[in-house]
Amino acid sequence: MNGARPHPLLPDDPRLKWALCCVAAVALIVLPFAVDALLGRAWVRIIDVALLFVMLGLGLNIVVGYAGLLDLGYIAFFAVGAYCYALLASPQFGLHWSFLAVLPLAAFVAAVFGVLIGAPTLRLRGDYLAIVTLGFGEIVRIFLNNLNRPVNITNGPQGITLIDPLAAGGVALNQTHTFAGITVAPVHGYYFVFLACAAFSIFISLRLENSRIGRAWIAIREDELAAAAMGINTRNIKLLAFAMGATFGGVAGGLFASFQGFISPESFTLLDSIMVLCMVVLGGMGNVGGVVLGAVLLTALPEALRYAAPLQKNWLGEVYVDPSDLRMLLFGLALVLMMLFRPAGLWPSTMRRRELAGGGNTHAG
Amino acid sequence: MDIFLQQLVNGLVLGSIYALVALGYTMVYGILGLINFAHGDICMIGALTALTVAQTLAAMGLPLPLVLLLSVLAAVLVCIALGVSIERVAYRPLRHAPRLAPLITAIGVSILLQYSAALIWGKQYFSMPELVKPSEIALAGVHLTDLQVFIFILACTVMAGLLWFIRSSRMGRAMRATEQNPEVAGLMGVDVNRVIAFTFLLGSAIGAVAGVMVVLYYGIGHYFMGFMLGLKAFTAAVLGGIGNVAGAMLGGLLLGVIESLAAGYIGDLTGGVLGSNYRDIFAFLVLILVLVFRPSGIMGQHTGDRA
Repeated sequence: MNGARPHPLLPDDPRLKWALCCVAAVALIVLPFAVDALLGRAWVRIIDVALLFVMLGLGLNIVVGYAGLLDLGYIAFFAVGAYCYALLASPQFGLHWSFLAVLPLAAFVAAVFGVLIGAPTLRLRGDYLAIVTLGFGEIVRIFLNNLNRPVNITNGPQGITLIDPLAAGGVALNQTHTFAGITVAPVHGYYFVFLACAAFSIFISLRLENSRIGRAWIAIREDELAAAAMGINTRNIKLLAFAMGATFGGVAGGLFASFQGFISPESFTLLDSIMVLCMVVLGGMGNVGGVVLGAVLLTALPEALRYAAPLQKNWLGEVYVDPSDLRMLLFGLALVLMMLFRPAGLWPSTMRRRELAGGGNTHAG
Repeated sequence: MDIFLQQLVNGLVLGSIYALVALGYTMVYGILGLINFAHGDICMIGALTALTVAQTLAAMGLPLPLVLLLSVLAAVLVCIALGVSIERVAYRPLRHAPRLAPLITAIGVSILLQYSAALIWGKQYFSMPELVKPSEIALAGVHLTDLQVFIFILACTVMAGLLWFIRSSRMGRAMRATEQNPEVAGLMGVDVNRVIAFTFLLGSAIGAVAGVMVVLYYGIGHYFMGFMLGLKAFTAAVLGGIGNVAGAMLGGLLLGVIESLAAGYIGDLTGGVLGSNYRDIFAFLVLILVLVFRPSGIMGQHTGDRA
């Protein structure tokens, strides 16, 4: 856990490190324009969504990866953030607040929800938490679906439309702008906003991991009893993990609402929670790089699976498996296989790998 | 008062189904300390299997009792095979892994079952063939159908049988011993792996029967029906004291009654603001309240580690 340990991927020479970072930065700036030119605008949009999922994955990683608390209703915080933004910046109530006010509020409200759902369950064993969060995710969805009468708040299953785009200083991101001869379409503009937010999330996650709080989370994950004996207030620290994870989800939700311009309860089902969980588990619980990898892979995979339908038609004469069902089947299979054969994920954190490979000392039962 | 009695009866019938599903959760939890997320979906597979078999046999013109019996039998067999092989392939290798691992596996299995069902049966709602035409029985101002009576009696018979089995049979004793301490039970000559496999077998078989009851009761089946059923049954198991077989039965009946009464009265109590479309919320409210105030449930003992 000391800072001097050489990073497995970065070279030791500081000048080389700088050069590498510069190349990566330039590549990330050019990426949307290159993808736009080569693959079409739809793929830039997919990259935008992938960045949102990076944020969601990192948020869930705090809860599941660092603190070891299985949250199966994580998408509810995403929903809370999205509806916060949608209600305060759309014609629904005639409010058009600036995102500078709404996004922090969305983060705060999501964090409050995180504490509310965590408080009754966190002094209990972890598996109860899984079920309660599962139920909580459903409750939020049921409310969003039904809160259109007697007072119309969420507009029910129809969802909220015409949500304001991100805008500051007269520049709205839903229009195409031209800066110094470069055409910046909405998807490009959002790309840079999301990239900045994702980078900030990565930065926070990395800093948290090695902080006093982060080490407390990991201690609780490894052995709660021992952590408590070392003077960690386990309940408060766990609540903090919950609130912190929810904050990430809330911000991502607000960004999602402004990006889509339309949200409905449909976007916040259990399957979406499972998908974010898959990203964290597949990539590597507790490892920031792994989670980013998982989020990008699993956002791109369904798009690639779209080609499965015409393939089936060509080979078998008929479309037997709907691509979205195929995706869920693969997710389920991936969860089972990962736990059996590579429990630490594709890109495991060093500590987690040791823990999950060692087995023995954390006995279940 | 009539409404009260009516909802009470409806709740008891519904609750007896919840109780049967809850048994599967509570037995596995008692022995392995694992929430078997896939259990609700096993019930779903049982239900859909029974529907298919019933449709085929009814089309062949077999008599009703035979159709019912054969479809229940088919459902039970399919679920037993499924439950035991899931335990063998997915859970057994992870028995000594950290707690998060089997839990995530269980979720994976649950999704796998759901979407395999979507693949096999499609995503539309299936209706039960018009086999059973429930006839009404009026009793002290309460409207009952013979189907409801049948479901309730069958559920109670299964529960009584299970209680007797666990109390009196050799395997039941082995199950209780394993629940208390797997290592010592193993030293005493109990084949722990066999006992655990048998627990899954028993839970899956009972779950299959419960699944068939659900399609009989509501008349329809769907690939996603196991999710809500499982969630409510788990709530019932926690309410009764998870790990406690008698508690699961009590919790199931209680949850059914609470849900029916709440759904029946919520409109009146809130002046029509909240309708019965909030029905599914009560189970979660019950779950959260139990976890806050009495995490060991009604009949559970206070064991710090378990809770």
